[in-house]
Amino acid sequence: MKKKQGKYWKNIRIASSTLFQGLIQTSKHFRKAFKQRNAIGVEEENYFHRSDGLQTVLYPHELLPIPDNGRYRLHNEMDDCIVCDKCAKICPVDCIDIEPIRAVEDLGKTSDGTPKRIHGAKFDIDMSKCCFCGLCTTVCPTECLTMTNEFNFSEFDVTKHNYEFATLTPHEITEKLEALESFNKEKEKNELKNKESKVEGTQPRPKIKMKPVIKDSAIEEPDKNVSGNIKKPKFRPRPIIKKKKED
Amino acid sequence: MSTIIFFLPFILIYTIFAVYGERKISAFIQDRYGPMEVGKYGWYQTVADLLKLIQKEDIVPKKASKKLFLIAPVIIFTSIFCGFVVLPITSSWEGTLTQNGVYFLLAIVSLDVVGILMAGWGANSKYSLLGALRSVAQIISYEIPVTLSVLCVIMISQSLNLQEISYQQGILINAFPDMENVKNYLFGISALNIDVTNWGGVFTWNIFRAPVLIPVFIIYFISTLAESNRAPFDLPEAESELVAGFHTEYSGFRWAIIMLSEYGMMLLVALLGVILFLGSWNTPLPNIGNIMLANWTTGEPETIAGNLWSVFWLLSKALMWIAVQMWVRWTYPRLRIDQLMSLSWKYLTPFAMFLIFVSGLWRLLMI
Repeated sequence: MKKKQGKYWKNIRIASSTLFQGLIQTSKHFRKAFKQRNAIGVEEENYFHRSDGLQTVLYPHELLPIPDNGRYRLHNEMDDCIVCDKCAKICPVDCIDIEPIRAVEDLGKTSDGTPKRIHGAKFDIDMSKCCFCGLCTTVCPTECLTMTNEFNFSEFDVTKHNYEFATLTPHEITEKLEALESFNKEKEKNELKNKESKVEGTQPRPKIKMKPVIKDSAIEEPDKNVSGNIKKPKFRPRPIIKKKKED
Repeated sequence: MSTIIFFLPFILIYTIFAVYGERKISAFIQDRYGPMEVGKYGWYQTVADLLKLIQKEDIVPKKASKKLFLIAPVIIFTSIFCGFVVLPITSSWEGTLTQNGVYFLLAIVSLDVVGILMAGWGANSKYSLLGALRSVAQIISYEIPVTLSVLCVIMISQSLNLQEISYQQGILINAFPDMENVKNYLFGISALNIDVTNWGGVFTWNIFRAPVLIPVFIIYFISTLAESNRAPFDLPEAESELVAGFHTEYSGFRWAIIMLSEYGMMLLVALLGVILFLGSWNTPLPNIGNIMLANWTTGEPETIAGNLWSVFWLLSKALMWIAVQMWVRWTYPRLRIDQLMSLSWKYLTPFAMFLIFVSGLWRLLMI
């Protein structure tokens, strides 16, 4: 009985002292609320020094400075792009859509000296699909595809998240396609001519034989007559059939 | 009865600013800005919210008991608003001339339990029902310490009339009929023979007139927080457990009325606490020698100055006390239901009973 009574008064004492401390604590924060945080970036020396006052900033009006090497929206510098399609292939969510057209004429070189050979008729990045992994920027051979520090690109319409970087107009695209077609035709003609001029007057043209299909194993062992088969047995998982439980 | 033309618009305007104030206080305590967009420093945020609420659809759940559901907010608000009729506003503008105003107030305010139960039960939602059950259990339990603490004041002041209690706590004590020869002594102890009737100010407030009322006031404050379902006793609308408690299913204007009654309840208990303990509409400044601060800041009854001073003191004290309620809300975490009950029955009620005994003794000293 005595023990219980002790607990009773102890409860009251602890409760009143802790409640009082709580009120002091919150009133401290309340009194310091006239101090406001400056919009300083994380690179500043005294970024972590401000421990009192309002900690938030008025976002759309005030911005905390973003580091220049932020990893947010993707940007492609089309002049430097060689349309190699590597970014589209590595993208785990397939957010990059590229349509290449082989160039007929000389396209010049990128700023790092890589010759350009392909027009980018379409270079779309759908940022609503993007998972910001940054793989595309690491595989890019000319470093034209980069992540910028632009993070504020919310839209009311999700289709507006599709950013188009291709600079060709539809008219230009059809032009390039026609040029490529005519170039290909000419090439074919030239090839035919060359062949005809080679075989002219000797024999009738031999029939084109179908190439034999080379199997994978054939590459490893050039002599087909070797009877020993050193091919590794393929592992095939067997389906496990569970036996039905008998009642 | 004419105080209704003051209190009805006042509650509406006060609620708008109280919601804004609450959001700002909570923001500052948590190192945020709070509303900043609508108007300068977000002044019109609540007005905008209210306009949005009024435009919203009044949804009645299909399986709800329609009659109960629709009428519940009206009952809650009416019962709380009825409590205001007995409150005096100034030295010459009192509420209804009921001699037992405190009893009436405590009785009529308890009726909002019925409204809350109707809202929770009628909505036919688990959250609402649980919230209503908790709310009813809580309000009924905490009514006992509230009533006991009010009883202490009644024993000290020997009156149930709130205007009489108000007059006792200031320099105008002798202006009230039947109290021409009553004197206030320091700490209410007549044996000390220090007459503070003409000092006025805080020396004649009830908590100073009878210091036994200071712990009574703390009990009153804690239990009225629970009465008005405020944190840390906001179990009925515990957001993390019950969505919004008994008013989960309400929307639009009916929800706004429930919100209005919550803030109305806060104002009511703050006003009642100020009238009973903190000198009602009397000034806190005492007369010091020839500097008649109390007389200057009270004014004569029935004059314009007297009315303005007393309404100013009453409301500023009450609003200060509401700010304290908000401060408490944003400081403490919510109690568990068993802690809530044990606080009421094991701590507050026995202490209140003991203090009634002490108040009785103190009253003997005052004669």
